[in-house]
This record gives sequence, structure tokens and C-alpha cells, in this order.
Amino acid sequence: MTVAEPVTTPEPLPAAAPEEATPRDILIICYSGELEKTWAAMILATTGAAMGAKVRVFLTFWGLQTFVKDERRITGDNIMQKMMSAMQRPGISHRKLSKMNFLGMGPWMMRKLAKQYNVASPKELLAIAQEMGVEFMPCQMTMDMFGLKREDMIEGLGDPVGAATVIALLQEGNAPLFI
Amino acid sequence: MTQAADLTVDARGLNCPMPIVKTAQAVKTLASGQVLEVLATDPGSVKDFAAWSKSTGNELVEQTVDGGVYRFVMRKK
Repeated sequence: MTVAEPVTTPEPLPAAAPEEATPRDILIICYSGELEKTWAAMILATTGAAMGAKVRVFLTFWGLQTFVKDERRITGDNIMQKMMSAMQRPGISHRKLSKMNFLGMGPWMMRKLAKQYNVASPKELLAIAQEMGVEFMPCQMTMDMFGLKREDMIEGLGDPVGAATVIALLQEGNAPLFI
Repeated sequence: MTQAADLTVDARGLNCPMPIVKTAQAVKTLASGQVLEVLATDPGSVKDFAAWSKSTGNELVEQTVDGGVYRFVMRKK
């Protein structure tokens, strides 16, 4: 016969979380380079900062090419890297749409509509994001793979980092957005 | 009764996310307890300002609409 467990009084519940919890930091993983996704990333980055959250944007793969200076035409050291930049011109003002690009007709219409409806452009939002303290972290591996140098990139980016930095931020509880 | 504002942000005609972004930038220049007034025409801003107020703790003390122009009055935390 088993001995019945003694009844213990339950532990008091932990104190309720304070009414105004500090907002979670936000980590946007900016992976895509299309116009509409760049736009979304910039809108969410500026809004996150406006809502009082610390916002970091990790720039990787096609998302990193967006943050090359607009006036840079060909980037990289070897022929393949140069071809990559020739096929997809880097820079935030040279993004293409994932659908309905039609040799630039889609983006042109999109920009025209944005102007008409007073929607800030990705470039304008980027400037605001930087002004509001959004931190941009380029991916070191993508920099190497595309042959991008610090002087190819826009001003104000942070030091290049790797995936471990991203994972550590996620483990610390950053709200992730993969765009 | 309308509350007198220490600063007014005219976000009329601006689309998402600019009314909120301009508000956040303006509120930084104010001292605690000062009052900010924002004028906007973006219908989405009604929910957005409620969310912004909740997230940032800056109290939304007044909210009116007049001829398609929304007026939000907030007191800095």
C-alpha cells in the first residue's frame, strides 16, 4: 500500500507582471531584396522605433544588397560577383518588385502611386529609421560572398556580424521578423 | 472642452507609418506632462494612436474627428 502524499499548501503565485511591461526588442532579419519587402521592413523598423522598441535589422543575402550606396553600379572583386551586381543593381532606389516588375514598369507605377498617396519611400524611411536609432547589422558572410566592402555600403551601418549574433538576440527574447 | 497643446504635429495627408513616426519624433522634444496635438487624415490612425499610446505609456487624453481630420491629444508620460 502506498503512503498518501501529504497535502502541501500551494506556493504563493508570483507577483503579477507590472502593468507597463517594457516592450520587447525587435529583430528584423532583412533577407529579401525586392521593393515591396524592403518597404515592409522599413515601415516596421520605423514604427517599432516610434513605439519605443529597440529595433535591430540584420542585413543578409539580397537584403544586404539593398544597403549598398545607390550610386555604386558594379560591386565585387571577381567576375561572378560583378555579374551578380550587374544583374540586380544594388541600392535601395533600385529595388525590383517580386511580381509585376515588367522591366521596371511595376516599380515605376508603385513609386508614382506612393507619391500620390503620400507614402514615404523606402529610402526616406531608411533615413528616418537611422535618425530614430534603428541599428543596422550587415552579415559578414554575405559581405564576403558578394565581395562587398565597408565603403560600398551606406553610412551609419554597424559592424558586420554573423548568425550567432542573430540567434543570441532571438534567445534573449527579441521579437523576430523574417522579411 | 479642447485642451491647449504645447506642440502641434500636422500629419494631414500623410500615410502610414508617418503620422506615428512624426508623433514619436515630436514627443521626444517635449518634457514630461506636456501636451502634444496631432492632426491626421489617415483613418487607420484611430487604432494606431490607441496602440501607440498603450505601447509607449503616453496618455491619449482627447480624440475628435471633424470633416475627415482626426485630432489626437496626448500627454507625455
